[in-house]
Formats: sequence, structure tokens, C-alpha cells
Amino acid sequence: MSRFSRELTVAGALGLLLLILAVFAPNFYHLQPFISRLTSQMPALVAAVGIALVIISRQIDISIGAQLSMCAIIASVAAGSGLPLGAVILTSMGAGVLMGALNGVLVAWVGLPSIVVTLATMVAWQETLRLWQQGRMLALPEGIQWFGLSQAAGQTAVISVSLTIVIAAAWAMKNLALGRFIYAVGSDAEAARLAGIDPRRTTFGVFVLMGVLAGLAAVLNLVQSPQVQPNCGDGLELKAIAAAVVGGVAINGGRGTLWGVLLGLLLLANVNPALTHFHLPPYWEKAIQGLVILLAVLADGLGRRKRPR
Amino acid sequence: MRALKGVSFELQPGEVHALLGENGAGKSTLIKVITGAHQADGGSLFVAGGEVVHLTPSKARELGIACIYQQPSLFPDLSVAENIGLRLQKTGAFSRVRWGRQRSRAIDLLQRIGAEISPDAEVRSLSMPEQQLVEIACALGSGARIVIMDEPTASLTQKEQHLLFKIIRDLRQGGVGVIYISHRLEEILALADRVTVLRDGESVGTNPVDELTESQLIKLMVGREVSSIYPPSEGEPGEVVLSLEGLGCSASGVGGVTMDVRAGEIVGVAGLIGAGRSELARILFGITPADTGGIVLNGERISITCPREAIARGIAYVPEDRRRHGVILEMPSAHNMTMASHPRLFPGNWLRFNAESLLAREFIRDLGIKASGPEAPGGSLSGGNQQKVSVARWLATRPKLLILDEPTQGVDVGAKSEIHRIIRRLAREGLAVLMISSDLGEVLGMSDRIAVMRGGRLVEWIGREQADAHSVMAAALGTNGKDAA
Repeated sequence: MSRFSRELTVAGALGLLLLILAVFAPNFYHLQPFISRLTSQMPALVAAVGIALVIISRQIDISIGAQLSMCAIIASVAAGSGLPLGAVILTSMGAGVLMGALNGVLVAWVGLPSIVVTLATMVAWQETLRLWQQGRMLALPEGIQWFGLSQAAGQTAVISVSLTIVIAAAWAMKNLALGRFIYAVGSDAEAARLAGIDPRRTTFGVFVLMGVLAGLAAVLNLVQSPQVQPNCGDGLELKAIAAAVVGGVAINGGRGTLWGVLLGLLLLANVNPALTHFHLPPYWEKAIQGLVILLAVLADGLGRRKRPR
Repeated sequence: MRALKGVSFELQPGEVHALLGENGAGKSTLIKVITGAHQADGGSLFVAGGEVVHLTPSKARELGIACIYQQPSLFPDLSVAENIGLRLQKTGAFSRVRWGRQRSRAIDLLQRIGAEISPDAEVRSLSMPEQQLVEIACALGSGARIVIMDEPTASLTQKEQHLLFKIIRDLRQGGVGVIYISHRLEEILALADRVTVLRDGESVGTNPVDELTESQLIKLMVGREVSSIYPPSEGEPGEVVLSLEGLGCSASGVGGVTMDVRAGEIVGVAGLIGAGRSELARILFGITPADTGGIVLNGERISITCPREAIARGIAYVPEDRRRHGVILEMPSAHNMTMASHPRLFPGNWLRFNAESLLAREFIRDLGIKASGPEAPGGSLSGGNQQKVSVARWLATRPKLLILDEPTQGVDVGAKSEIHRIIRRLAREGLAVLMISSDLGEVLGMSDRIAVMRGGRLVEWIGREQADAHSVMAAALGTNGKDAA
């Protein structure tokens, strides 16, 4: 496999889908609904950036949906108590840092498997929210929705913040030593340790970063509606992991780029609108997404077999 | 490379037949062929007079071939009786487990070999020799006619050894043929009827033990000339770079290692597998930090608790497992080469691609690495070139002491002599080199001095002039090499 073949394949598939829509369902490109659909995907994109880093370092975090819900509720309580917007954003990200750090400590220093740790914290946060909010929706005060801007400006802000995150993270993965440490630890933690890299610090850092991004994703989700549900993050983990895998992040670590993750998310996100525009029943969405994921994993498996061992 | 070449081997009922040879002489391969784990690509195999074609592990078991490995292969979470039952009963997935019969069978077998082990004990809770006894019980219970024992005494105490020898003699009495692999010559002389010596994948002869002495055995094992393809040693060594004072680590079974390594000197570390050579390197590099003794590096007394610290102190370690630890296969060669030198090359953690690519090109030229360029992934290179990338990674840290662990293992002949020239050149440029190797020719050809390890200790120093295959092998085996009597 050449270096960016997966990214190119996914880009090709996405391009094809968009082209077909352009020819057969030009309504798809009506500006306002197009922007709205794109905006609604941005929290998942930010979370997918985080999960991609986690997976590249050969870990997994399935608590991100619960983290996002928790951050969103904490942020809206903070907003309800009259904190200004900036402080609300920081509160949400701070909550994410703490939750990410807990996962990080348990995985990196205590040495527990990340799937078990994050399964436990996922359930913990979900149940905490259930006890605390009893399923109530929280109404948000004025000035939070769309950052207190007009809807168009707010949507632009959400999209540009998210794309900035993708670009910054992609740049850092390439240009900062940190990025290389993440790839090295994900390829082989012992090899990284022998080269003087501390795999524990790297792993911990990745989980904390995941928390920060979950907090940010919570804000980007929060500003899109006048109220928040305590289960607003449910299912996010699967969406984000699927985007990463389709985008070419190797599930056993060490390989993948954030550009691929961006493309993977856009491809999966456009399945549903495409169905709508072709007047197909929306029940097919999950099945088709599943098929796309399966094809991606299959491509990995076949590519791996060809590599010299 | 062929691991075995035209070896003839014969085992009679009621015979203990010892198999002897250096590391890599082909003993394990021969065993794997006999147990069906590997397929021979030439020659034939006869069991009890009948030719066996296409031997598989399960067929071997049916034929009564049982192997007891150094590391017992039991299920640690199951009880002794369950383990024996699983091994002996051929059951379908839905047939009932007869617990009572299984238990009484286990008790019977354990009694027959005189092992005081409860059939209900979880295997996890047993000591290594106890687990070996369970393996022997399995072999006995399966009615094995051929029992292979791979270094069975390596982890046994004196008393347990005596018990084992008694069991082996009982097996022999019962008409079982035993293939016995050991590095302990005195055991072979005491126990075996005949001995076959393997060297470089070939049999150098089968002889009755009565006709042999320890010295003759060693001669048979090593008996080859050291070729002159090795680059010559030159110049006088300089200052002492590293001294170890009674260094040890109880967790890795190494103790009391005292040595000096000078600038410009290559110290070869010889010994058998399990003698503690790699363990010593891992102590020096902070992977399993020392708990006794001291390390003096460049006149400064230091302690090393993690690889990062070792690197900062100027110690470099080219690990044995090249494909796992030496290079990261997914990564471009250039990234691999700078991997251990981030603090030096990239202050502030900003990668400098120009500097990186320059350094990579320099190493590619200097070490003669055959790669399409700095961007070529580690996995796309041949073994020898991967090893050179691994060496480059460690030279990039500008070390004072370079530890090489099996630097040419699995590398083709051409690359091997290139790597040897590189090592010699590095020494000439003032690096202190500690070279661990199981390749006796390499140790003799490259080393200015040879440190021989055995059982986690440094047992003998041999200078370049005195060193020959016989003296190194005798020290590694722990015999004086002279005829007893």
C-alpha cells in the first residue's frame, strides 16, 4: 500500500457520492440545509480527531459519548448560573480534562486495558447523569445558542473552529515530536521505551487530549439548540471510531492520518442525506454505514497480508 | 540458510540418546521435525520400522512421541488432573468429562514418577520443576515410546535433578527411548548411552558416551577454524569508559558482574542462551535496573533507572529483536534513525525535517544502507539494512558506549561482514563496544577481549591471543576443558 492510498480511496468514494448527488439530486446542495447538515456533524468530527489519536497510540476510548454528555450538562449548569460564554467553554473543556485524566491514569499508570477502563467510566458518567438529571432537558439561557450570534454566523463559527482543530492536529502530528511519539508508542510501546520515549506519559497525554476535545465537542453541540439533553452524547463513540477506521486509522495502532479521519467522517455522514434525496427509506443508513466500515477493515486486512512480515 | 543438512539420527528403545551442540547448531530444528512442528524438506523418518510421511504434531502424539520443553506448556488455570486429562483423553466437544476417572488416573501417574503433587492443585501454583513433572506424567500416561527432554534440568535443584534422573532411568528400563538435550556435559556423561553432536546444522557423529571425555565433546561441538574474514583489531584501547562493580539484578538473575570496557575496545560477551548476557545489557540500559553493585561511566558513579536516562548518559543499546524493537516497520527510515535522539536534534520538540533528512542521508551513505531514500519505511528494507538503520538510530545519539545484542543474527553473509566492518570502525573512532553474540566465530573474530557468562555471572575473561573456540566453549559450559580422569 502506498502511503496515502486509503485517503485517496475514501476521497474518491466521497467525491463519487457527491457527484452522484449533484447529478441526480441537486437539491442536496441548497446552501442552508447543506450548511446545517455540515454543522451538525462538527462535534463528531472534533471527537473523531481525539479518538483517532487514541487509536493510533493503540488504545481505545468508548467513554467519549458519556464524556460529551457530562461536559454538556456541566456546561449548561454553569451557563444557567450566569457564567459568561468564555467561562462556560472553559468549564466544559476542564470537565473533559478531568475525565480524560482519570482514564489516562488508569490506563497508562495502573496498566489496565483501555477498553475495560473506558467501559467503566462510560457507565459511571451515564449513571451519574441519570441520577443527577433524571432525564430532564436543560434549557439554556440567552446568548449561548450560536454563541449569541446569528444562526449563519454561529454555524460558520462552529465549522471553522472544527476545521481549525483538524488542521492544527494534523499539523502537530506531522511537525511536533509529540506526534511521532504517538505513532511510535502505537506501533510498539516497548520499542518506543527502548528509544527513550515514555509510553506512559504519551498514553496519558492522549487520553487528556481526548477529554479536552470531548469538552470542546460538547460546546459545539450545545450551541446548536436551545436546550440540552443529558444523553446528547449517546452513540458518539461509535460514530467517531467508525470515522477513524474508515479514514484509514489502523485499529491496532501506529498508522493513520487525520485527513483520512476527516474524509471518513464526511463519507459516513453523507450516507443518510443521500438516502433521503434518493427517496430511499432511512432504515438503510446503518446497514450502508456498516458496509462501508466492513469494506475499510477488509482493505486493511488484505493490505496487511501483502506487507512483508 | 538451511537449519539442518542431511542429519541422520537413530534412537533405540531403552536408550538415552543425548543431543549436543552450540546455540543455533540445529538441535531445536531437529526436535521440531521429530515432533511434527516443522516439516523436513528432505530425507525420511521411521518410527518403529515404519516410514512416516507428512508428520504433524497430532500424528506424532499418536505415534508415541512426547516432548517436554524447557518451558512447560500446560494450562495454568486448570488443575493438574484436568491438564493430564486434556492431554490424554481424546474427546469430542460434547462427550462427558469423567471427573473421577480423570482424577484417579492423574494420581496413579503422579505416583508412578514419585511426584508429590496434588491432582487438584492449580497448575499456576506449581513451581517450574513441578510443572515439568506433570509434563512427564502426561508423557508417561500417553504411553509414549519416544520422550524428548529439552534442557530439563535448567531450572531444577540438585534434589529435583536426582529425582528426574531416576525417572529417566525408569523410563529407559521400561523400554522408552529418551532424547536428552542439555548443555551440561557431566549430565550427559552420567546419564546418556550415546551422544550425537550437531554443528552448523550437520551431524558430526554419534558415539557411545563411554568412549568420550568432556574435552572431546567440546572439540566435536566447536571444531572449526575461525575464518580470517573479520576486520583486524588495531590500535591501543584508550581510557576506561565503563566499569561495573559487582553489578546485579535479582529479578533477572544476574549478579556480581565486574568489568571494564575501554574506549576503542570491543568486548565480546559469550555464553549459552540463558547465561544472562541480554539480561546484563538490559540492566545497563535501565530496562531492568540494577539492585546491587555500581556502574561507573566516564569516571562518574551513576545509577540508571530507565532507558531515557541511559541514553542521556551516552549509552546506546541495539536490541536483539530487530523487527520488534530495533526499527519501527511502519515508519520511514529517517524517523527511525532520529527516534532516540529527539532531545538532541529537536530542541523544543519542533521537528526539523531538513536536519533529519540530512542526518538520514549521511547514515545511508556512511553505513551503506540500501534504501530508496530516507522516506523508505523500515519494513521495506532487508534484514541487514534494518539492522543498519537500528545501529544508525543509536549512533545518532552520539553514545560513548555501544551495546550490541546479536548484531548479525538473521542477517545475510554480505551484510554481516559489512556490519562487522562498521563495528570495527566505530571502535577505532573511540567508541567502547560491548558485543553480545551467540555466534562463536563472530565473538572470536571481532572481540579484543571476551567475557564469558554462565548462570548470570561473568565467569571468565579470555584475551584475544588466548581465545579459541575450545576455550570459550569450555568456559561457557563450565568445564575446564581438560580431560578429567
